[in-house]
Amino acid sequence: MLSYISRRLAVSFIILLTVSFAVYVIFAFLPYDPAALTCGKTCNDPGIIEANRHRLGYDLPFFTQYFLFLKGLLFGRSFGEGAAMITCPAPSLGYSFQEHACVTNVISEALPVTVSLALGALVMWLALGVGLGILAARFRGRIVDQLSTIFVLIGTSLPTFLTGLMLLVFVVIKWHIMPFPAGNYTPFLENPFEWAQILLLPWITLAFAYAALYTRFVRSAVIDTSNEDYIRTARAKGLSEGVILGKHTLRAALAPIATMAGLDFAGLLGGAILTESVFNLPGIGRLAINSVVNIDLPIIVATTLLAALFVVIMNLLVDILYAFIDPRVRVV
Amino acid sequence: MGPGVDTPTAGSDLAKILKTHYRAQMASIGLVGAGLVSRSPRELAWRRFRANRIGIPAAVASVGIAFFAIFAPLIAWAINVNPNDRDGTAITERGQTIGRFGGMSWNHPLGVEPGIAYDLLARLMYGARISFMVAVISTFATVALGLIIGIVSGYYRGRVDSVFGRFTDFLLAFPSFFMIIALSGPTIQRIERSGIARDNSARILYLIVILSFFGWPYFSRIIRSQVLSLRERDYVVAARALGASNRRIIFKELLPNLWTPVIVYVSLALPGYLAAEAVFSYLGIGIQPPSASWGLIIADSTKYILSEPTYFFIPAISLILVVLSFNLLGDAIRDALDPKSEQS
Repeated sequence: MLSYISRRLAVSFIILLTVSFAVYVIFAFLPYDPAALTCGKTCNDPGIIEANRHRLGYDLPFFTQYFLFLKGLLFGRSFGEGAAMITCPAPSLGYSFQEHACVTNVISEALPVTVSLALGALVMWLALGVGLGILAARFRGRIVDQLSTIFVLIGTSLPTFLTGLMLLVFVVIKWHIMPFPAGNYTPFLENPFEWAQILLLPWITLAFAYAALYTRFVRSAVIDTSNEDYIRTARAKGLSEGVILGKHTLRAALAPIATMAGLDFAGLLGGAILTESVFNLPGIGRLAINSVVNIDLPIIVATTLLAALFVVIMNLLVDILYAFIDPRVRVV
Repeated sequence: MGPGVDTPTAGSDLAKILKTHYRAQMASIGLVGAGLVSRSPRELAWRRFRANRIGIPAAVASVGIAFFAIFAPLIAWAINVNPNDRDGTAITERGQTIGRFGGMSWNHPLGVEPGIAYDLLARLMYGARISFMVAVISTFATVALGLIIGIVSGYYRGRVDSVFGRFTDFLLAFPSFFMIIALSGPTIQRIERSGIARDNSARILYLIVILSFFGWPYFSRIIRSQVLSLRERDYVVAARALGASNRRIIFKELLPNLWTPVIVYVSLALPGYLAAEAVFSYLGIGIQPPSASWGLIIADSTKYILSEPTYFFIPAISLILVVLSFNLLGDAIRDALDPKSEQS
């Protein structure tokens, strides 16, 4: 087991390094002058541009720049000399001149918002999707099943930005059920009630789309396994339907559900771009979009890397989890 | 529908007699019904598709939508609307639409856009052209790339397979949604500067290329695993023993057996890309005004969401209906092609 994990860790590390290098290459060869971008779109004072170029190391050869970036991740990095020196402690992802802050700080401000959003939505869609999927499979062809089919169809056909917009229009603006969530995110520790109130609609928006996929998947997985011989054996032994469902049927469906959930969760952690921009939540997704609009290169590189990091980590976690969930998976 | 695989050729009386005889025998010992007809897999799929209550309406709706998109100029001409004409009489001086439901009238069947007074129906039809073009070409490119790379790595295995395999691993771990957004500005600039395409053509080109580029790895995985198993089948081994070239095996033995995953994937990818085009245009990296695209219309309509709700709901509901009918059609096709589903 330990050798398996360490081998997987090494592979994940190599993938991350490749992705970081690719992202760096892509953005290094874009037709932008990163130094000119540091002093705003209207600025063309060559003195400031050259000073910033030297300060941020954009005058160095490409590989040196990449090496300094990696070194900054591990040991922190300083820009400039003397009184004007800016120090970003490790893990440093660079310095954003547009935000006038170390990229790591900008990211760590946005990350809790996205984590709260993704985590709440995950809980909601797992509960709804797995619950409805089991019900639909148990009462196949009956009214619950038909309702769940309609739910799946609407959920998979509705783009998330439309769900979000419609929720905003009806629940907030037309019916005044909830106050307007005007981008004023409140941390959980500060006021848990307000935190949940602001995030409720975004959670529903995301959960709606994902729950539909999970309902469909769980339903067909439960129906498939209920035809297996070992389910018939369990029933013949006289086990109750509840035990059969919990210990035999669901156990078999758990591994693929865990994989799906892990990857979907990782995708959201990298930034729920649409939901965040519809509800104006100051998370990673909105940060990424804004950095693209403003061409804030250090933040673009950092958010892209972060998204890849989440995917790689969740992939690893899911694979390790697999071995625990499914005894048939041999770990060599 | 073509004849069944074991249907005798016309005029072969002996075969006909033998078959009748055989059938009567079978019926007499109660093995099959007297009216047993042999059916090819394609025939079976078509019968299953027709038996599906949703399949035909979804197909009609999908074809109808495609018809509207393809013949948009003709239809617009016939009902006398134009996507680039501003009708100043349809809005007030402050840009609000005149009349109920966003200014619906005989002149403007779905009303006009507030502020700018474009005809909404014409904009939607012309917008659908762009959305469909992006979706259809991206789907085609994704399937072609995935098919070629999947077959090559599954059939030749070895070093080719491992090179493509690592590359797909890398692409699948790549945050594609981010990259599509992050690369949009500079790449579109590049395309424009190179002189291949300008403005919206450059943006459409970018969307198609980048969606296909990030789309194929998943599909090529499926094809590769299929080919890995197909290449060991007896008929492929037999073809090879008979001296068939690799080219012949790939085109005559493997490809015909890959149509089911291709059709299934197309039915999934097409509505997905339709929605993706709307999403990217909504986020502002797709089509730009004055051209129309569904995502763009929806993004614009959110500004008037309180004063002009019809303007938001018509494009929003249209988008949902289009994606829904394509999804339903895809479901029906998948069910029809699944040999495990009950035969009709």
